Amino acid sequence: MRNTGSALAGGLMVLAVMALAGCSSENSGASKRSVSVWHWMTDRQPAFEELANKYEAQTGVKVNFELYAPSDAYSQKVRAAAQGMNLPDIFGVLGEKRDFSSFIKAGHILDLTSSMDANNASWRRSFFEKALAVDEFAPENSYGIQPGVYGVPIDIMTIQMLYNKDIYKQLGFDPEKPPQTFEDFVAVGAQLKKANMQGLVSGWGEVWMIDCFANNYAFNIMGKDKVLATIRGEVPYNDPEWVKVFGLFQQMQEKGVLATGLVTMVNKTAEQLFANGKALFAFNGSWCVNVYKGMNPGLNYAAILPPKASDNFPIAIWGGAGSSFMVNARSAQKDEAVKFLQWFTAQDQQAFLSVATNNLPANKECLSQIPPILAQFAKSMDYATHPNVWGISESPAVIETLDKGLQSIMIGEMTPEKLADEVQKVKARELAKQKR
Amino acid sequence: MRLRDTLENYLFVLPAVAIFTIFYILPFIWVFQFSFFDWDGISPAKVFIGFDNFKEILFQDPSWWRSMVNVSWITFIALTFQNALAFMLALACDREMKMKNFYRVIFFIPPVLSEMVVGMVWSFIISDVSGANIINRFLISIGLGQFAHNWLSDPNTALTTVAVIHSWKGFGWGFLLFLAGLQTIPRELYEAARVDGANAWEQFKNITIPLMIPVATMVVILTILGTMQSFVLIRGLVGGEFAGHTSVPVLRILASMQGSSRFGYACSQGITFGVLLVTISFIQNKVSQKVRQA
Repeated sequence: MRNTGSALAGGLMVLAVMALAGCSSENSGASKRSVSVWHWMTDRQPAFEELANKYEAQTGVKVNFELYAPSDAYSQKVRAAAQGMNLPDIFGVLGEKRDFSSFIKAGHILDLTSSMDANNASWRRSFFEKALAVDEFAPENSYGIQPGVYGVPIDIMTIQMLYNKDIYKQLGFDPEKPPQTFEDFVAVGAQLKKANMQGLVSGWGEVWMIDCFANNYAFNIMGKDKVLATIRGEVPYNDPEWVKVFGLFQQMQEKGVLATGLVTMVNKTAEQLFANGKALFAFNGSWCVNVYKGMNPGLNYAAILPPKASDNFPIAIWGGAGSSFMVNARSAQKDEAVKFLQWFTAQDQQAFLSVATNNLPANKECLSQIPPILAQFAKSMDYATHPNVWGISESPAVIETLDKGLQSIMIGEMTPEKLADEVQKVKARELAKQKR
Repeated sequence: MRLRDTLENYLFVLPAVAIFTIFYILPFIWVFQFSFFDWDGISPAKVFIGFDNFKEILFQDPSWWRSMVNVSWITFIALTFQNALAFMLALACDREMKMKNFYRVIFFIPPVLSEMVVGMVWSFIISDVSGANIINRFLISIGLGQFAHNWLSDPNTALTTVAVIHSWKGFGWGFLLFLAGLQTIPRELYEAARVDGANAWEQFKNITIPLMIPVATMVVILTILGTMQSFVLIRGLVGGEFAGHTSVPVLRILASMQGSSRFGYACSQGITFGVLLVTISFIQNKVSQKVRQA
């Protein structure tokens, strides 16, 4: 009996030790000829799996795409795995460039510059320059990262305006001549009110898209240099041109061009409304092509640049790498992982992904093979910019104050001037903190 | 021999102790430790800043205190409306009535639904653009059209609307506990009271209420703890903090952790919030004990 007890106790001990060892080992699941990939892209999982099967048939290397959705949950999982040194061979980092740089500083991400530049930089040259820029750190970047490429874009995206051609025609406008200026755009509000229809829909309840919209017009009204000077603290947010940017939101509300309940609208709802022909305009990313196709394949719409509010500077839209994969620098399979990503982003695989998932390919060599509506989005890449390529990031506290303030303007509880003062107050506080 | 027996016994409990330590005690210690650092949650470098995070929460973070006020309002609605509804329905189902098992199942459906699903369904029910607009249509049909508006996008009604939907989602738990409590009250007490000439109100006041105080205490504590930690429903309904009008502490903690990458600050917020919840539960327990003694 005693011997049985001892054996049982010993067995439990071994199990406990194995469990503890399992908690701390890195890449515990990776066998020699397999690569594990973590991602959050629910709509792309079947296409990823199909490509993985193809890759295994060609090379004998098994690639396991593990889906963790939604993106919030994925983000938390990756952070937890990074803290536990338990990241997979390939993963994506969601968030701002600051988060990306934290992963690099912690030694979690492999510098891919040498692979990109090998063979006369053929891998690097296959990508859209602006897509790769999101995953690249320039010399003397403010994050203190060794210059280089640390990620591989697997698709690109732009966030811009869309309009429903049928509704636009119903309102008495030429469906092939969408509004070109901000004045034309808000003037549509009167027609919308008369027809009791909804104007602009977007996921502005989730706030980051408000920030994106505001930045588009900040670039248009004051230009990139002044926007970046503001982030550096050289121009205050209560500068008249910033007040003008904030005032655009007030104008849109007053003229009735915004859909009812826009400030608390989640993007999924906005997508449903636009896809079902219940709203004239949408502000959405190029991923919407796939969403709209699923919801209403017959939707008659087009993508346009946001109507300009000024002739001083060109309008800018957010764009660049939509999703990127990074290689775990501590992975025993890192060479295998890089080889897979080179294959994964080659022309044929990118064309397949684009057609299967209706996302813009990161590989510019396969543009001729993509659907026409995606080509409209791709054309706007020339106007694309992204906070991740500016080399400097605005403080999250400032962004939050700005986004919430813009919501407040749209519900009429704050003026643009008051918001400008509030944002500047927070900016001053954040600058003082940085100096400390 | 005795030592060997003791060691053997310890070996048996070792796996449980190890698991408890790894998954409960260590994370708690780490959260406490990180709250004294300025750390983004990823970088190897953590800067020790003492009580600075706590000072910022207490004296320089109005959005935190606004979220506390908001969650207090949601909790107030849950404590009153939600629990009153749960108690009344439990009283009704405790009586001999037709289909009472059916009602019990129906009342317990909302709590088992996902908060995100409830948020999206209610958003559909009350939205006048994307949804069925049922509430506004009803108001118009009974001649109260002047009250019809966008409940979730109006800063005056957004938080209360969230609170009422939260109560709808949560009353089933209270209902179950109250019903279980009511069924433990000996029926002989009511029969004896009736023989003594007590009417229904007197029976309720002198038998039901005093004997339900322990259950009510538990329901109140669970309601406070559950409501103060709510956030998924709010995301489903309004996408987030809606210009601060629907901001709650857990959303603030998430904003610090994910939006701002201030892991240390988020840990401090979590500790502050945890201390507050423990304090509230403690006070509530003491008050209930006094009421029972009285």
